[in-house]
Amino acid sequence: MAVTLPRPSPAAPEQPVQAAPAYGTLPAYRGFLSWLTTVDHKRIGLLYGCTAFCFFLLGGVEALMIRVQLATPNGTFVSPDAFNQLFTMHGTTMIFLFVMPMSVAFFNYVVPLQIGAPDVAFPRLNAFSYWTFLFGGIFMNASYFVDGLPDGGWFGYAPLTTLQFSPSHRIDFWMLGLQVLGVASLAGAFNFLVTIINMRAPGMSLMRMPIFTWNTLITSFLLVFAFPAITVALILLMFDRFYGTNFYYAPNGGDPVLWQHLFWIFGHPEVYILILPAMGMVSEILPVFSKKPLFGYPFVVYATAAIGFIGFGVWSHHMFTTGLGPIANSFFAASTMLIAVPTGVKIFNWMGTMWGGAIRFTTPMLFSIGFVSMFTIGGLSGVMHAVVPIDMQHQDSYFVVAHFHYVLFGGAIFGIFGGIFFWFPKFTGHMLNEKLGKWTFWLIFSGFNLTFGPMHFLGVDGMPRRIYTYGPQQGWSGWFGQDWLGWNMVVSIAAFVIAAGVALFMYNVFQALRGPKNAPNDPWDSATLEWSLPSPPPVYNFAVPPIVHSRDAFWAWKRRPQAVEAAESEATVTVAGHTVGHVDFEDQPASEEYLAQERNAYHYDPTTFHIPNPSFFPIIAAFGLIMMAVGMIFGYAIAVAGFLYLVIAVGGWAMEPTS
Amino acid sequence: MPFPGASGRRRNLLILGLGVALLVLLTGCAAEVPHSTVMPKTDAARKIQDLYVFVFWLSVVVFIGVQGGLLYVLWRYRARPGHELPEQTHGNTTLEVSWTILPAVILVIMAVPTIQTIFALETDPETSPDGSKPLIVEVTGKQWWWEFKYPEVTLPNGEVLTTANELIIPTGRTVSLHISSDNVIHSFWVQQLTGKIDAIPNHDNHLWFTAEEPGQYFGQCAEYCGVQHAQMRMNVIAMTPTDYQAWVAKTSKPATPPADVAEIGPQTFTDNGCFACHTIDGVQNANGKVGPNLSHFGSRTTMAAGIMQNTPENLQRWIEDPQAVKPGNVMPNLHVRPRDVEVLVSYLQSLK
Repeated sequence: MAVTLPRPSPAAPEQPVQAAPAYGTLPAYRGFLSWLTTVDHKRIGLLYGCTAFCFFLLGGVEALMIRVQLATPNGTFVSPDAFNQLFTMHGTTMIFLFVMPMSVAFFNYVVPLQIGAPDVAFPRLNAFSYWTFLFGGIFMNASYFVDGLPDGGWFGYAPLTTLQFSPSHRIDFWMLGLQVLGVASLAGAFNFLVTIINMRAPGMSLMRMPIFTWNTLITSFLLVFAFPAITVALILLMFDRFYGTNFYYAPNGGDPVLWQHLFWIFGHPEVYILILPAMGMVSEILPVFSKKPLFGYPFVVYATAAIGFIGFGVWSHHMFTTGLGPIANSFFAASTMLIAVPTGVKIFNWMGTMWGGAIRFTTPMLFSIGFVSMFTIGGLSGVMHAVVPIDMQHQDSYFVVAHFHYVLFGGAIFGIFGGIFFWFPKFTGHMLNEKLGKWTFWLIFSGFNLTFGPMHFLGVDGMPRRIYTYGPQQGWSGWFGQDWLGWNMVVSIAAFVIAAGVALFMYNVFQALRGPKNAPNDPWDSATLEWSLPSPPPVYNFAVPPIVHSRDAFWAWKRRPQAVEAAESEATVTVAGHTVGHVDFEDQPASEEYLAQERNAYHYDPTTFHIPNPSFFPIIAAFGLIMMAVGMIFGYAIAVAGFLYLVIAVGGWAMEPTS
Repeated sequence: MPFPGASGRRRNLLILGLGVALLVLLTGCAAEVPHSTVMPKTDAARKIQDLYVFVFWLSVVVFIGVQGGLLYVLWRYRARPGHELPEQTHGNTTLEVSWTILPAVILVIMAVPTIQTIFALETDPETSPDGSKPLIVEVTGKQWWWEFKYPEVTLPNGEVLTTANELIIPTGRTVSLHISSDNVIHSFWVQQLTGKIDAIPNHDNHLWFTAEEPGQYFGQCAEYCGVQHAQMRMNVIAMTPTDYQAWVAKTSKPATPPADVAEIGPQTFTDNGCFACHTIDGVQNANGKVGPNLSHFGSRTTMAAGIMQNTPENLQRWIEDPQAVKPGNVMPNLHVRPRDVEVLVSYLQSLK
């Protein structure tokens, strides 16, 4: 007797839908309050995504202002001081307020669905992460209204950021803001580690896990190990600035290079924190639109883990020009080259995935192919930087700017756009317009290459980074005898082509959301469990936990043999008086052993879903953290009050019934 | 399916053309690109260049291989109507192991010359066995200009020869720059001479090179160092050994301004407080160390850390309002009277 029943399928979107579950003892809030108090991973994912996208627009406007200033020699669009604020906040915003939280948006929305879980392990902590991130981002930018935006560079090199050389509060906002954002990242990372390790559906062994979930797992490990380093670095900086210590203050014997080591021990794994989630998305998208499984799944998993591991052993390649000596430089050159090996494996495996497939050029696929191609270019220039003598010419030049934009824009952001186009139907129930989507891709793709491609040439021509102006005699303009014409002008114009692509994307989203909710469960013929659910999924996700018998479980189930299908249709199951569905992603007739496992998995009552209560405490507690940060700048009384407030909030949180 | 590109010969021509186009784009032309990193003028820069050319072409090969392969896959395996579900291949261990090993081999091929060059560039000529002494120059990064000291040249007053923003070196003799900072971190980068090295407080970093031919080489601070990072430039003038000796002999002695400013010049300099920050050898009390040493200011080709030509007009603009020329720099607007500006300009220009 099989316990299998009405199942989700593309043809029959009727889900085993449970009557709306009770919300426990507290009232379920409506409207605005429901968003403030939500602990639903899907809603938090949407909050993360929308907030991060707003910061993306902010960082993008900052980038456009930078490019207007640099379009011609002796630009006068912004002052030198304003320019330094712009590039500092462009980097800080794009890294900490866009790419990271946007990746977390995907972790939130997609991972629990991919592993067949009802939510993350700690739903309220998840909400706390979001509010802490939002407040941290606002706090850092609020510096604008006090002393101007931070201006020490995203890398905040001491001693420029010490009190002696940066006496205003700008660096305080940056330093404390990063600490607050670190709390958000760490809480999120622990949450996803626990979720992925403990809450996978029955049968989903680690090596059956969807590849995006694998990337989330490894990224979370990187976050947990990398953030303590910058936390320490920032605490030392805070002591130098607030209490007159001398960790970085050279005249009293401090060492500025200490900051660089601590920063880059964080900073290099951070690069992989930015890119691995996008690699995960691409590794989901390429197989779906090639109609083939991911080529060499175990190799891709091992390569991802290897990148994460070696990523902690290459930090000094950011410091080849600090005079570490030939032995250290040789070691870090070799370790940096080593990390290119697993990265190359991934690129080849992606091509192996497409090889022999039936490739459909949808918008998510275009962005993913763009990722593979652009990331290869960024990888090649990255290997050039591993060659120390070459790096002595390229370090801090526009060549490096070109390199990391090929990796982070051509890589991470292309991946994110691919992910948005791919999962948008699942997130919202609306389909994005494919025609506009393709226009978006080609605008961004061409704008991107004309913006960052020529930066290679500017770098080879010796143009340093972070300069607010340059002279006509320096060789970075002057085509056809015209001072104003040159690669810098091309780059600046192309930056606006990217902006046009982003604007078109926003128009597409706006139009889609106004249109009908027409997204089927599985619009792309995908392989992972989230596509077995309605679009968007119900609040409790799976009415019955799915049971997994293979990798790409949903794909296998959709193509199960007819014998299995026939057996399924004969059986029904009733639990506690309710007829429930059961998602058993099986591609062959079940053995007695499997059936026993399944019956075991059914020892629960679907009327008592463990849906956590909405809660005000996450946002309240997050506000306490911000009060502490504000207090460090404007008066310790506020900091103490914020601390007490936080303690009370956490106490209330602990006492609150969870369901 | 055959590859769409026609004959092999046409393909070869295409690849050759692409390579040439890339090379042209990358190198540019000497007269127009004073900061070019690929026009080496010293032994050290040449070592970097040789390595760069090797790595560049290796990268071009990998680039064409991967991107060409990608395009081929996209074209060959595009979905066509009426096609069955493609074969569900899950992997191929032989293939995967080989494309793990292949990049590793390429990287080893790159690593060997890399490490050789690292050690070649960092061999200290001061300890070299052949006994030839390099010219040591102490370089200090300031906010936002460069100071150069020549410990082997002692002035009559006991100080060492000090200059700013324009480094004079002889050709054919190894130069050993000892680079540091007494404020924030800067980075010394004169592209045609060699790669950059950071100027870090409490650290003594070195660069070594031997200039091959006389000429003026332009450089710029490469580490973000505050509001005027963009205008912290410098240049290096390489002279024949004879010219260099003449320069040292001349610069070791105080400049002799012409009679019309010989008296009133130093007087005006002192009256306006310039001496508090600037040194002029031979002028009483003019031994400030905050700003650049001006002892032979008139002999420099550029001023204000290499951002403009050293002409009377530019100098006048600078003295009238330094903050308008280089906002945020350390020198305040001293509201010097027009008459004094005129005197100071002729006086400073005459210090050759």
